[in-house]
Amino acid sequence: MSDVLSQDRPLCIAVLAIGGQGGGVVSNWLVALAESCGWVVQATSVPGVAQRTGATVYYLEMIKAGAQAPVLALMPTPGDVDLVVAAEWMEAGRAIQRGLVSPDRTTLIASTHRSLAVAEKSRPGDGINDPQAVEVAAALAAKRFLKADLAAVASANGSVISASLFGAIASSGVLPFPRAAFEDAIRSGGVGVEASLRAFDAAFTCLTEEAQDEVPSGRPALPKLEGGSAEEQENYAALTQRAQTSFPDAVVPLLTAGLNRVIDFQDTAYGEEYLDRLDEILALEKRLDGAKQDYALTVTIGKYLATAMSYQDVIRVADLKSRSRRFSRVRDDISAQDGQVVTITEFMHPRVEELAGLLPASLGRNIEGKKLVRWVLSLFTGSKRVRSDSLRGFLSLYFLSSLRRWRRKLLRHEIETEHTRRWLANVTRTASDDYDLSVEIARCRRLIKGYSDTHERSISKFDQVMQGIELVRGRSDAADWARRLHEAALQDSEGTALAGALKTIRSFTGSKSEVA
Amino acid sequence: MAERSFVQEVQALRLGAGETFRGEGILAVTKALLEAGVGYVGGYQGAPISHLMDVLSDAEEILGELGVHFEASASEAAAAAMLSASMHYPIRGAATWKSTVGTNVASDALANLASGGVTGGALIIVGEDYGEGSSIMQERSHAFAMKSQIWLLDPRPNAESIVKAVRDGFELSEASNTPVMLELRIRACHVHGSFQTRDNVRPAFTLEQARNHPRRETDRIVLPPASFAHEQEKVAQRWPAAVEFIKSRKLNEFFEGDIEDVGIVLQGGHYNGVIAALRQLGLADVYGKTRIPLYVLNVTYPLIDDEVVDFCRDKRAVLMVEEGQPDHLEQAVSTTLRRAGVATALHGKDVLPKAGEYTNKALIEGIGAFLETLNDTAVAPAEVSLGPSLPGEVTDALNEAVPPRPAGFCTGCPERPIFSALTLAQQEVGERHIACDIGCHLFSILPPFNLGASTMGYGLGAASASGLNVAQGKRSISIMGDGGFWHNGLVSGVGNAVFNKSDDVILIVDNYYSAATGGQDILSSRAGNVSRSTRHPIEDAVKGVGVKWVRRIDHTYDVGAMRDVIEEALTTPERGPKVVIASSECMLNRQRRERPIRRKARSEGKRVVEQKFGVDEDVCTGDHACIRISGCPSLTLKETEDPLRDDPVAFVDNSCVACGHCGEVADAAVLCPSFYRADAVHNPSFWDSRLAGLRNAVTTRLQQRRDARYLQEPGGGAPS
Repeated sequence: MSDVLSQDRPLCIAVLAIGGQGGGVVSNWLVALAESCGWVVQATSVPGVAQRTGATVYYLEMIKAGAQAPVLALMPTPGDVDLVVAAEWMEAGRAIQRGLVSPDRTTLIASTHRSLAVAEKSRPGDGINDPQAVEVAAALAAKRFLKADLAAVASANGSVISASLFGAIASSGVLPFPRAAFEDAIRSGGVGVEASLRAFDAAFTCLTEEAQDEVPSGRPALPKLEGGSAEEQENYAALTQRAQTSFPDAVVPLLTAGLNRVIDFQDTAYGEEYLDRLDEILALEKRLDGAKQDYALTVTIGKYLATAMSYQDVIRVADLKSRSRRFSRVRDDISAQDGQVVTITEFMHPRVEELAGLLPASLGRNIEGKKLVRWVLSLFTGSKRVRSDSLRGFLSLYFLSSLRRWRRKLLRHEIETEHTRRWLANVTRTASDDYDLSVEIARCRRLIKGYSDTHERSISKFDQVMQGIELVRGRSDAADWARRLHEAALQDSEGTALAGALKTIRSFTGSKSEVA
Repeated sequence: MAERSFVQEVQALRLGAGETFRGEGILAVTKALLEAGVGYVGGYQGAPISHLMDVLSDAEEILGELGVHFEASASEAAAAAMLSASMHYPIRGAATWKSTVGTNVASDALANLASGGVTGGALIIVGEDYGEGSSIMQERSHAFAMKSQIWLLDPRPNAESIVKAVRDGFELSEASNTPVMLELRIRACHVHGSFQTRDNVRPAFTLEQARNHPRRETDRIVLPPASFAHEQEKVAQRWPAAVEFIKSRKLNEFFEGDIEDVGIVLQGGHYNGVIAALRQLGLADVYGKTRIPLYVLNVTYPLIDDEVVDFCRDKRAVLMVEEGQPDHLEQAVSTTLRRAGVATALHGKDVLPKAGEYTNKALIEGIGAFLETLNDTAVAPAEVSLGPSLPGEVTDALNEAVPPRPAGFCTGCPERPIFSALTLAQQEVGERHIACDIGCHLFSILPPFNLGASTMGYGLGAASASGLNVAQGKRSISIMGDGGFWHNGLVSGVGNAVFNKSDDVILIVDNYYSAATGGQDILSSRAGNVSRSTRHPIEDAVKGVGVKWVRRIDHTYDVGAMRDVIEEALTTPERGPKVVIASSECMLNRQRRERPIRRKARSEGKRVVEQKFGVDEDVCTGDHACIRISGCPSLTLKETEDPLRDDPVAFVDNSCVACGHCGEVADAAVLCPSFYRADAVHNPSFWDSRLAGLRNAVTTRLQQRRDARYLQEPGGGAPS
């Protein structure tokens, strides 16, 4: 009797998209396509609230029309899907998690672009999940794995991802329909047809089965600084020469980037200070046989010292915001045409603390007691909408940026320099006893970021981590604990994870002291 | 203005006899109603039946030609109460809503309707929002059918069967004087399929006739002693009439198979899933031919005892496929078999999941387990591979990498700034008990806002805070949307707070539409609507029920102002409920309205300003505080190529609609100066161009002067 059962099976297609990506459009085109080719098609989806940025699955089954009406399923069966289309990279991972992708049957098409989830975006550090996990799983799970940045293909052709996904589906050859029928399906939709067809065409030719590069191969050559007076240019040439000759080859690219940053921030004299400090670190590290560690300490200090020295004060922000390259970057971002009128409005909110940083150190110090100074400053604080393209706005920014020449005498510089000095002292003090710990201490400078309250909170986290490190100093696993503290501090903005890690440390260091 | 326009679909409602309708299941139902000669339709929108309502809204003309009355009811209770028109008059009526939430709201009216019974056919179309993607508590509508004695149809999920169920439903209702509920699961509502249409039918007895010749039969009204008689009538007359109709019209279906001593009894809605599962197990084919006999319950209540006994009597074992819990059907089948003295083994939730959606995978595993209990090689299922088995470390890495994607506010949503403001206000005045409601604003419970402690039902936000209504302690905050407010929040929330002298804060989120259900107009909508009366301010309503302290913010994007008004509400010495109305238009609807206008103006050479927000990547330090109090989909991250940076920077992608929220937050929360707004002026005026030229000349000169003095990184601070 079982041989009486027909062996026909429908083509099963699942489209995984994020709400708002146009997965429904792809589904509608597939329906139109199949029906126009004389197939019976059934499509369904579960939108509901999922359409508001959530993940959504569209599911279709289609079979050539015959004498008998088919009974088609309303949801995919794991192990029985012919084509899975993921409109975003991690959604391909979700399809694999759901068991929709199987090695004997499934062609998986994935767009390589990322649309980050809230959880990834909101971490204070780098919370972006590892895309490689999907690559590895897909290579094992899928019969064929086709991928391309279909979002980029679409936007390069003035269209949206549904069109390039449809092109990718056509080029995969899973559906036995001619290309012209796909294009007719787009035409029958009647909306944005020309752009859709362009994106369809571009996607048709760009799919590959090659593995994704893990990292872009080779870092691009570091750009050199531009502009400046003749004297500055001369000094700069000497400094880059010095960086290249007096430091090991491996650390030169990063140090050059750091040097560029601090000179961009202030001037070549400041760049010289940077190299002087690094000279000391390198000398220390050589004594500690740092070559074996690839000069980890010099590299780490080179990176974070540059960031520390180019702190974001009002002068820096005004400078960056009023540069010509910044203006052209904004124009690029909105794809402004040559000669098009573009205006820029900045959202700023300076507080008394930021403005006090602009005062000469002696005047700005202990500002709480100086009522008059505070009052004067308060006239310039608060919510500001600055039109940086207007004369008034631009001139204000330009004036603020010109305070750069007095920067080293200002309060903010004194505070930052002192903080950097203490951090460096801590690193160098630690290095001879516990090299690994000193590198971890150097790395902790990453925690300091943000402006105003956020900045203060980050400094407080940095301080807490430093205090935690003091508790474990001398232990053989001190560097491990320092790293854990550092990672915990980046977990969340409230510092919950950090507080937990500190509590753990106090529990065992406390008991240790009792034993002692 | 609803989210989707159904102008095209509406034309399909005009199809005549012998033509083919192609489209969504729920639209097929709409067409079937007209073919069945329905006289009036009411309902309350909500997934998955919103489209039924939206199509009828767009079909005023056709409805007018046929003499069909359509109401977008104020609530499910209002829609259910409408069906009383079928009590005394031979008019067919239909009501629709999302279930089980809507059925909960409607159950008072439904119980009264079911008690008195109907003369004209009364059909209740419930969109069963159960399983994946559902936004509500997981319960079954089945219990409502049982407790009020309403017949429950659960047709096979294809357009032909669904359409037939509409026709059968009206006839069954009339034959048994009982309202009938048609249950459609979410995937069936959205399934694309086709069916042969018939001509639309004008109602035989019109509403006008009813109005001109009013009738009242007091024995239909729920008052003692009639109510006691109704209960007897239900079991003595209406039930047997229904059973007779269902049997004689063969509403349930039997599918034969060669393995005759085994069988499956299933809810009609699961037919396609069961066939797919049997096909995978090698026991059925794609054309529905099955080796195991099936008894398909297109009517799941009442159960037809004779049919059950006949199907089961000569079988070794039978499997009951019944989704959700409790297992009403399995219990009923069990009782029926026991009474009839049939010894057939009954399986069901011993092999299938006790709770949760019956996915194809669950069915394959459940039916497989059922067949194994037979311990018979003759009916052994084929080996089925349910997806690949990946190495543990690969799966672990994948589970770590694939992020959850909770639903959130859309790009530019005017509700986002309200919750940013609430976050900031709590930072100032301390954390409060926050009671939420149903609607888009419920996303505030999810990351990144993580605000809100409860949601007790549509429009019940304020009412659910009333348990904490004491004079001591910190003021609580309750939230409701404009949809919930008009659904019942005005009375059960605001009126209740006034009457019980609440001192708490009620935040009403007014986005001009019932946005969560697809952007339908409501009483306070600002848009003009020919067929409905709109523009009734919420403010007037709350003042009307006695609220003294009312504040309205008409531009929720002003986070500072929003925060200040919330703080004021939480701290004002004035007693009584404090109502804050936060009004800004739903961005989805606004974009849909404004975009074509802007595009047209631009192509006509008129001056148009297009805006977008951006982040200066060299000013951003990568802390992402902005994202934590925004969560805007267009505000995302970008890796830089700067070797001195570890963390990705904030970045505004091209989906930005320039609502300004990110900039406002950066300002109000004093976050950072990275945000800017760029305005591109298309078709600039003479003065635009002259002024821009002048500015450009000056700024370029100054920039060149500075460039000549200082060395600069080419990217302007960070190589990109």
